[in-house]
Amino acid sequence: MTNSIVKVFVPRDSAALAVGADEVAEALRHECQCRGLNVELVRNGSRGLFWLETLVEVQTPQGRIAYGPVEAADVPGLLDAGLLQGGEHPLRQGVTEQIPFLALQERLTFRRVGVIDPLSLADYEAHEGWAGLRRALGLDSSAIIQEMLHSGLRGRGGAAFPAGIKWKTVREAKADQKYIVCNADEGDSGTYSDRMTMEGDPFMLIEGITIAALAVGATQGYIYIRSEYPQAIATMNEAIALATAAGFLGASVCGSGQAFHLEVRKAAGSYVCGEETAMLESIEGKRGVVRAKPPLPALSGLFGQPTVINNVITFASAPIILARGAQAYRDFGVGRSHGTLPFQLAGNIKHGGLVEKAFGLTLRELLYGFGGGTASGRPIKAVQVGGPLGAYVPESQWDVPLDYEAYTAMGAVVGHGGIVVHDDTADLSQLARYAMEFCAIESCGKCTPCRIGSTRGVEVIDRIRKNQNRAEQVILLRDLCDTMTHGSLCAMGGMTPFPVLSALNHYPQDFGLAAPDQAAA
Amino acid sequence: MDESIHELLAAHPARDGALLPLLHAVQEALGHVPPAAVPLIAEHLSLSRAEVHGVISYYHFFRSSAPGKQVLQVCRAEACQARGAEALLAHAETRLGCASHHTRADGAVTLEPVYCLGLCASAPALQINERLHARMTPAKLDALLAKEGL
Repeated sequence: MTNSIVKVFVPRDSAALAVGADEVAEALRHECQCRGLNVELVRNGSRGLFWLETLVEVQTPQGRIAYGPVEAADVPGLLDAGLLQGGEHPLRQGVTEQIPFLALQERLTFRRVGVIDPLSLADYEAHEGWAGLRRALGLDSSAIIQEMLHSGLRGRGGAAFPAGIKWKTVREAKADQKYIVCNADEGDSGTYSDRMTMEGDPFMLIEGITIAALAVGATQGYIYIRSEYPQAIATMNEAIALATAAGFLGASVCGSGQAFHLEVRKAAGSYVCGEETAMLESIEGKRGVVRAKPPLPALSGLFGQPTVINNVITFASAPIILARGAQAYRDFGVGRSHGTLPFQLAGNIKHGGLVEKAFGLTLRELLYGFGGGTASGRPIKAVQVGGPLGAYVPESQWDVPLDYEAYTAMGAVVGHGGIVVHDDTADLSQLARYAMEFCAIESCGKCTPCRIGSTRGVEVIDRIRKNQNRAEQVILLRDLCDTMTHGSLCAMGGMTPFPVLSALNHYPQDFGLAAPDQAAA
Repeated sequence: MDESIHELLAAHPARDGALLPLLHAVQEALGHVPPAAVPLIAEHLSLSRAEVHGVISYYHFFRSSAPGKQVLQVCRAEACQARGAEALLAHAETRLGCASHHTRADGAVTLEPVYCLGLCASAPALQINERLHARMTPAKLDALLAKEGL
């Protein structure tokens, strides 16, 4: 046995903790101590290969060797097999970077996640950290905006609005006080890329938000994080304290004389607060009720002041755009969908996890090339793309390239990149009912189509399922969806028809309707 | 209660958007936001009682009454449904003798559905007393509950 210190990585990501990562780390610490083995235990983020969590990695001359899924009880056996030298074992997955699921990705935003210690400023610095901010500090604010515009980056929260245009609007607005608000209210089922970012590379988010602050002249920022993410909240708070102490935040960002203060605000379990104006209300200490637009938040946002609101991944993309130049980022992707998107494979999938790829790959590549089909081993029946307000995509559409325009054209959305897989035991009428039920639970109540329409929607779908005047009720459901789509104030009521109608159009047999609907779209 | 509320109020002076952080602090300290605290919070932040009550009742996270000694939250969002969340929640109801959204009569446990814990690639997921558990099965849930004395 060697006496030199061996670095061992055990993730601290929530998804690893939920399958016993702390117990694995403790078992490793204990066993190594008993055996007199000299290890340095690093609690990294997750690589995003969740079927292999807890994924333990060991630093060797050949690179980092992965073992997974490891349970605490496996630890003595792993050490017997020479874990610290990368020894053979049934759980050995080889060199981490060469695992196909990882090797085939184009990780830009997630290049450090799972690699570094999330709260080590030295680690961050050594892996291209702060390079974007340092470049931004040497640029005129209009030049920062120009980089963002040229990068083609569009809002990764789901709405896909060009980030540069939003930043430009706020920069040009005249006000004594401007704000940055980071939307980390990642409530979509099937999505976890914001959580992984905050838990696995929090300084990247801080850097991106700070770049935005410099670009628009904001001095105060808020990160609105959902209460279901206590680990992310704790990690961000620690990271903000460290970054402030190191001078990256505070009265003078990196000694530039520009002030920027950043604070975490904990949400309180309201899905609709992921809608930007409801989020502003919530940060202001009110009920999370949607505001009518205009005025745009860019001109009259938080406390009535000009405000940049972007999703975690949008801000987290800014550092690499500044560090490597807009063109390098823009060259990824297809059409008007530039750059990469962290797709998140979830639900009934064999290899569930995070796949960062340039826009343009197909759902089929994700489902089978990366995901390996269902976890249950049964055929895939339906795939919901883009969260609970996204459409159910049938197999006939799995070869459409994933880009914003192509998905819009087929009546679906890419959204925040969540992909939830259902096997052939799924009942799409049940899932459509659930979509209406969810809308009824989460509606803020301000507009009637969403507040009342969702409840009526549950009732109508129940009647369809029970075959009470089925044909008439289907017409009624379509009519109701039309009202919700066009009459709702925000995406909550406006997009709930996506899952409902896609289920009805593509899986009519689940609603007791015989022939596939030719008007499907 | 009064004493701790006053301490919390003192620690949370009125500032921009002070209400949610204060409510979080109260709930963290007391397990819920007691109705008796509402007028004190309202006065402290120069809000009406209706405004404070409105905020507490709007957000799923805030509780107006104390939960059971233990809290089990089962995710029933789509990704977990695709891996059997509905059956898992039904199993929890039967096993605990407690309906969703309710606290058992003996006060031992509260059972709540939640909408996404962010563990969508390791579904189904649940949380017991703020500890996350993923890749759940009814059998694994039984073992967890037994360990918690339920």
